[in-house]
Amino acid sequence: MSDKSSIAYVATEEKPQRPAPASTTGVLGWTKENLFATPLNTALTILSFLFLAWMLPGIVQWAVLDAVWTADSYRSCLEISNNGACWAVVGARFDQFIYGFYPHDLRWRADLAFVLLCVALVPLLWDKTPHRGKMMLLSLLYPFVAYMLIWGDGFIFSEVESKKLGGFLLTMIIGVSGIAFSLPLGILLALGRNSDMPFIKSLCVGFIEFIRGVPLITLLFVASTLLSYFLPRGTNFDIILRVVIMVTLFASAYMAEVIRGGLAALPRGQYEAADALGLDYWQSMRLIILPQALKISIPGIVNTFIGLFKDTTLVSVIGLLDPLGLTQSVLADSKWNGTVVELYVFIAAIFFVFCFAMSRYSMYLERKLSAGDRH
Amino acid sequence: MKRNFLPVALGAAMALTAGAASASTLEDVKARGKLNCGVSTGLTGFSFTDDNGEWQGFDASVCRAVAAAVLGDPNAVEFVSTTGKTRFTALASGEIDMLARNTTWTFSRDADLNFTFVGVNYYDGQGFMVPKALGVESALQLDGATVCIQTGTTTELNLADYFRKNNMSYEPVPIETNAEARQNYLAGACDVYTTDASGLAASRASFENPADHIVLPEIISKEPLGPLVRQGDEEWSDIVRWVLNSLIIAEEKGITAANADDQKAKSTEPGADTEIARLLGAEGEYGAMVGLDNDFALRAIKSVGNYGELFEEYLGESTPIGLSRGLNAQWTDGGLLYAPPFR
Repeated sequence: MSDKSSIAYVATEEKPQRPAPASTTGVLGWTKENLFATPLNTALTILSFLFLAWMLPGIVQWAVLDAVWTADSYRSCLEISNNGACWAVVGARFDQFIYGFYPHDLRWRADLAFVLLCVALVPLLWDKTPHRGKMMLLSLLYPFVAYMLIWGDGFIFSEVESKKLGGFLLTMIIGVSGIAFSLPLGILLALGRNSDMPFIKSLCVGFIEFIRGVPLITLLFVASTLLSYFLPRGTNFDIILRVVIMVTLFASAYMAEVIRGGLAALPRGQYEAADALGLDYWQSMRLIILPQALKISIPGIVNTFIGLFKDTTLVSVIGLLDPLGLTQSVLADSKWNGTVVELYVFIAAIFFVFCFAMSRYSMYLERKLSAGDRH
Repeated sequence: MKRNFLPVALGAAMALTAGAASASTLEDVKARGKLNCGVSTGLTGFSFTDDNGEWQGFDASVCRAVAAAVLGDPNAVEFVSTTGKTRFTALASGEIDMLARNTTWTFSRDADLNFTFVGVNYYDGQGFMVPKALGVESALQLDGATVCIQTGTTTELNLADYFRKNNMSYEPVPIETNAEARQNYLAGACDVYTTDASGLAASRASFENPADHIVLPEIISKEPLGPLVRQGDEEWSDIVRWVLNSLIIAEEKGITAANADDQKAKSTEPGADTEIARLLGAEGEYGAMVGLDNDFALRAIKSVGNYGELFEEYLGESTPIGLSRGLNAQWTDGGLLYAPPFR
């Protein structure tokens, strides 16, 4: 055996790792990979930057640099700065856009209702909430508490009429109750449509197809005008309740179809397996079918929620003063006549916050629930 | 000035049969302690919300005057904002007690929809606004113009009639709201904007350079705007009619919100105007004839001012809208305001 090993050199220690080439890490690497990977991407990136360079200075100039933040009328805005935004109108009318005509001294009740809404949502949205089961029971009580706070019960809290509700308070009332009630109703309708019982099936199919075949605005007109003829004069069937019912029915028909998509996407084996285990109908739905079907449907469900939330602005057509309806009465004040864009930008920003939050939550939920799918 | 007759007519018929069973509107209002008054969701000068979230304006003041007369408190009003589409059903179904919403008094609304117009609080008419740079001085020079026009309104029909009558052509740019019209007009999407003259003045007041635009002299339609109530309750329509008339007579007689009490005290002196005494409740039992007390007109005048004061506050030359009295001057000044005698 030779002294000399056939192997010239044996590394006894692992070599220290060298950093990745500078061109693939950090800002430079990210830029290269994401913005300039191919000639097409490079061209698109340059075009986008040119577009931004063309648009942004004007927008910033209008919205920030030349903007007027405090003034007492549009005229004085124009005197201070001729071509900037007049954000003063948002400041002057902020309360009105949030609460509508809710009495000043009772606005804490609306605030409290909003805070409690956030509290009630925690156990529903976040599965690591301590004592989640008990908290959820409390959340079930929320609708009653909110009703008492906002409308008053005549005993502890003085009553507030529906005519006083407006602005984002109204949007939240219609949006949140529509969202809360349309999901369970939609699930029932979807199950009914898949049912073997002909009567229930045709009832659900008829309802869904009718509601989907009619524009929401028609339903709102029915709620606001036609219903008041069919009810005896003097009956006070609250207009907001009527609107909430119509919006809920409308959204639940769409919801049913979204969930039916989820049900149809499940392999037949899942249904048969549930039967083979000897589960009855409700057990198999609750334990096996719906958890999977709803998971598949999340993007569609949230889509419907967001659509419903934005559709609440249609109530301005029947004279309810949601934020968009309020812009009309604000613009009619000759002090602020002309501040059109500012008001719409403000309302759009608030809607964006809510809709974006919903969309991000659904992405989080999808990621969390799909963890089990990765093999 | 939108209309939707069929459902309204249908509803009015039903509401009337239902209404026959219920108490009179006056009793309803008194029992409720609030007047439900329909106003526009927003029309410059006529109804708008101020920075405190209160409804103000020329139309809203009519509501306040009626509330002051009937309930003694100009703030005892629940304002119900109505759109062009919901206003008539809201009134017919009893959701509101009266409608003060720049509504044109027409034959069919009066007769077919079963409403009673109690009077006219603003004589309006359709006009045209053009940029000065266009060099147009009369509506007859508008042949071939593009016109911004609100869809589904009587203004649309008036426009078509006027251009056809004068053998001119135009290209309509349909728009939905006043705000939309403003943006379109300023962006140059149309040469001409047409709507009620008061609306034109209001829009023009909000422009950066109002002097660059002119309202043409031609007024092509009659738009008598006034408050209305349901037909069939004559006591209630008398009340609303005479509250409006009181405000008009008050201006004619020089009674203002500030001097009404003095005028009442002086009206019983020998040689004073007896109509003032009757109007302000110092003489006769006129309030009792409509189921109110004798001070009802006094309260209405004291709470909102006389017609002229209202006009100056919300529409007149001291406001950004800057309307002159024109047709809305007292008959003694060559206008059309002519309230029947209070006697």
